[in-house]
Amino acid sequence: MDEMQITSAQYVLSSLTGQNDHIKATIDGVEMSVPFDPANRHYAAIMQAVADGQLTIQEASE
Amino acid sequence: MSTLKVTNLQHPSAASANVTLDSSGNAAFSGGITGVTSVNGGQLGARNAIINGAMNVNQRQLGTQTVNSTIYTTDRWQANQTAAGKYSVGNSTTAPSGFTNSFLATSLSAYSVSSTDIFFFQQNIEGYNSSHFGWGTSDAKSVVLSFYVRSSLTGTFGGCLANSAHNRSYPFSYTISSADTWERVSVAIAGDTTGTWLTTNGIGIQVIFGLGGGSTRSGTAGSWQASTLYTATGAVSLVGTSGATFYITGVQLEAGQLTPFEHENYTTTLQKCLRYFWRKTRVSNQNSYLSLGQGIGTTEVLATLSYPVPMRAAPTYSSSGSTHVAAHASTDFTQSGNSVSNTGVDSTGLNITGSTGAADRCYRVFIFGNDNYIQFDSEL
Repeated sequence: MDEMQITSAQYVLSSLTGQNDHIKATIDGVEMSVPFDPANRHYAAIMQAVADGQLTIQEASE
Repeated sequence: MSTLKVTNLQHPSAASANVTLDSSGNAAFSGGITGVTSVNGGQLGARNAIINGAMNVNQRQLGTQTVNSTIYTTDRWQANQTAAGKYSVGNSTTAPSGFTNSFLATSLSAYSVSSTDIFFFQQNIEGYNSSHFGWGTSDAKSVVLSFYVRSSLTGTFGGCLANSAHNRSYPFSYTISSADTWERVSVAIAGDTTGTWLTTNGIGIQVIFGLGGGSTRSGTAGSWQASTLYTATGAVSLVGTSGATFYITGVQLEAGQLTPFEHENYTTTLQKCLRYFWRKTRVSNQNSYLSLGQGIGTTEVLATLSYPVPMRAAPTYSSSGSTHVAAHASTDFTQSGNSVSNTGVDSTGLNITGSTGAADRCYRVFIFGNDNYIQFDSEL
């Protein structure tokens, strides 16, 4: 059981590569940079929320 | 009392002395030593699968926190609930002899748990650190969970050991017989020969202490069960008594038999904790620096940052505020945001966004403002 309140999520581009680099998310009221690592509990929770239809990750701003 | 004065001890069938004694007090053994449960009162080294069992490391320094979601306070310890605001947690200096800190849970109301409620705190042991138990195999080792506990309530309390998928559970119970008195408790647990137990950087074992649980979250103590349980049936509910307190420290999970708590020096425990969480807080100018950075155009400074130790997984980054990471050179950069990129398990790129920068200028990157911080979270 790992309860998180994820209120927003958006991909962020790398300024070096121009590719999606991480997710900027607001979790439990705190803005966080979440890497694409399945072993990261925040990333796992975001992906679970997406799979459950409770969250959409916004595209990155140019 | 008498004294046996010999220089050699030898089994009748041995070819030479098993033990040789010299006049300086040394004893030399020709073979191995078995069955030793302690040396000098207990230090055999690296027995404890729990990290920060003495509750000494507390990087977050959050003070008392009401548990409204999953929260970490004392390093490696996580508090959980199914109903917000029923208890608080914090790091306490109330401790038994030989300890300086404890984990404290305090009930904030007299709450009657529903059948599906559960209130608990836990430590998730990384699979790499519990693989030697051999759980999920025919060679599963028995373990002993021990801890020092003190509560304003008395009676039978509960907890549970579980695997990562939480489809294998071992509820346990223990008794607190005297209110507001430290007691050392130990629970012997047979190793689980079935189920899937991760031996990777995922959760190897969940060690759960119940503070109140409903019937669907509780099970009969003393056996492995293929269900999702958190505590023992009939256990005392801390959250059921307003103001009730529960202190715990000296938590140890070890293979074999009970031994004294394995005290570590602070640096050793901190190094272990840093694999899961690192917070760098500025308390003065002397410890504010992070790295050197390079101007990328006029609106961004990019620096590299290595963590003190490699982390369990690529960590989540956050900071105390958008202007709390600064970049200074001959002309200061005006910071307005900070984030990371290309994050790995041992280093990351630190991005400071703002204005008035200069391309390719070298900047000193530091935490701006006392008590502000950056942090990296790779907890289980």
